[in-house]
Amino acid sequence: MKTNKKQFGIQLGLELVVYALLVGGYFFLVQRFLGDWLYELFAEKRRSYAAVAVLLMLGQGVVLELVTSFLLGLLERKSSR
Amino acid sequence: MTFPISNTHLEPALLVVIGFTVGVLGGFFGVGGSFLAGPALFAMGLPMNFVVGTDLSHILGKSIVAARRHRALGHVDLKLGVLMAVGTIVGVEAGAQAIERLKTKLSVDLYVGIAFTIVLLGISGIMAWEAIATSRAQKPKTKNKNTTKKPQDHSAFGHVPRWLKTLNWPPPFVDFPVSGIQRLSIWAVLMVSFTGGLFSGFLGGGAGYIRMPAMVYLLGVPTHIAVGTDLFEIVISATYGTVTHALKGNVDILIALVMHTGAAVGAQLGAVGTTFFSGPRLRAAFVPLPLIGAVLVIYGLLNGHHFK
Repeated sequence: MKTNKKQFGIQLGLELVVYALLVGGYFFLVQRFLGDWLYELFAEKRRSYAAVAVLLMLGQGVVLELVTSFLLGLLERKSSR
Repeated sequence: MTFPISNTHLEPALLVVIGFTVGVLGGFFGVGGSFLAGPALFAMGLPMNFVVGTDLSHILGKSIVAARRHRALGHVDLKLGVLMAVGTIVGVEAGAQAIERLKTKLSVDLYVGIAFTIVLLGISGIMAWEAIATSRAQKPKTKNKNTTKKPQDHSAFGHVPRWLKTLNWPPPFVDFPVSGIQRLSIWAVLMVSFTGGLFSGFLGGGAGYIRMPAMVYLLGVPTHIAVGTDLFEIVISATYGTVTHALKGNVDILIALVMHTGAAVGAQLGAVGTTFFSGPRLRAAFVPLPLIGAVLVIYGLLNGHHFK
């Protein structure tokens, strides 16, 4: 039980660190490089904006999960050695 | 900072914290967390039409992660989820059209805010009543210390699915073996899913706060299957909701993306948490959350945010 709690704590800590970095980096990227473009799409090409909105959300959801799964896999391999 | 699409000044760090909180709740309870995210965005000053659309789009990214987790745990009834998505999509469009009507009358904040408050108070009251009734009904059994039986997913509303089956529902009837349901009218499923979709399109989010209890109490789906299936279904309905609300100018995708960065990690933690709690305890923990949402909506209404 203690081992499970420890593993859970490690996973939680790792995910929080990874996401803190991603939040900072991703926010900078989206706001600086996509912000104006998304606003133009919203104002002038609403259909394209709707499609891009769905793709961005789905893409972000999948990518964030893949990144954390990859990092957790690395962590597990290291701990099993 | 100012988000140009909705022309609203919001604190990004606070958006991430809100996203993380609703992410944990989403993974844990199988709801999108809109009963907290929507009211929190409204209290921060986002106009209600953007609250509805943006909340719907932000749960899209989160739900796909949580739904995959629950599917891996065997908590998703695919047949039920796909059937429910049909009713939900029709309901979402009906709700989005209602928002459009209210936007033209410049009263979207007031009407949606009042509806939100009533719904949240109602849900919290019903679930509190059910949780208390269920725990009272189970008390004599738990006193027997020698019992080795695993706790079952009891509900004080357990008779409701049986009563629902006695109604003269029109055919066709379908079996849902994954949920352990035999001979359920498609119309009962569509009625539940349409209602959930209507709430989703009108109040934002996945409306899991109404669909999940409805699946458990009205259709008789076991709580853990209801959680996973609801999340799977939200992926489909939120995609449609994002498109239709974006076309109507109700989605600030920049806010949604920032919120989701926090929600993604929260959803994974929440999904793991469901394995440690049984059905009645899971539902009892849900009770105070809609109350917090109701307080936030009332705060937003009193602050007098207006449609932009």
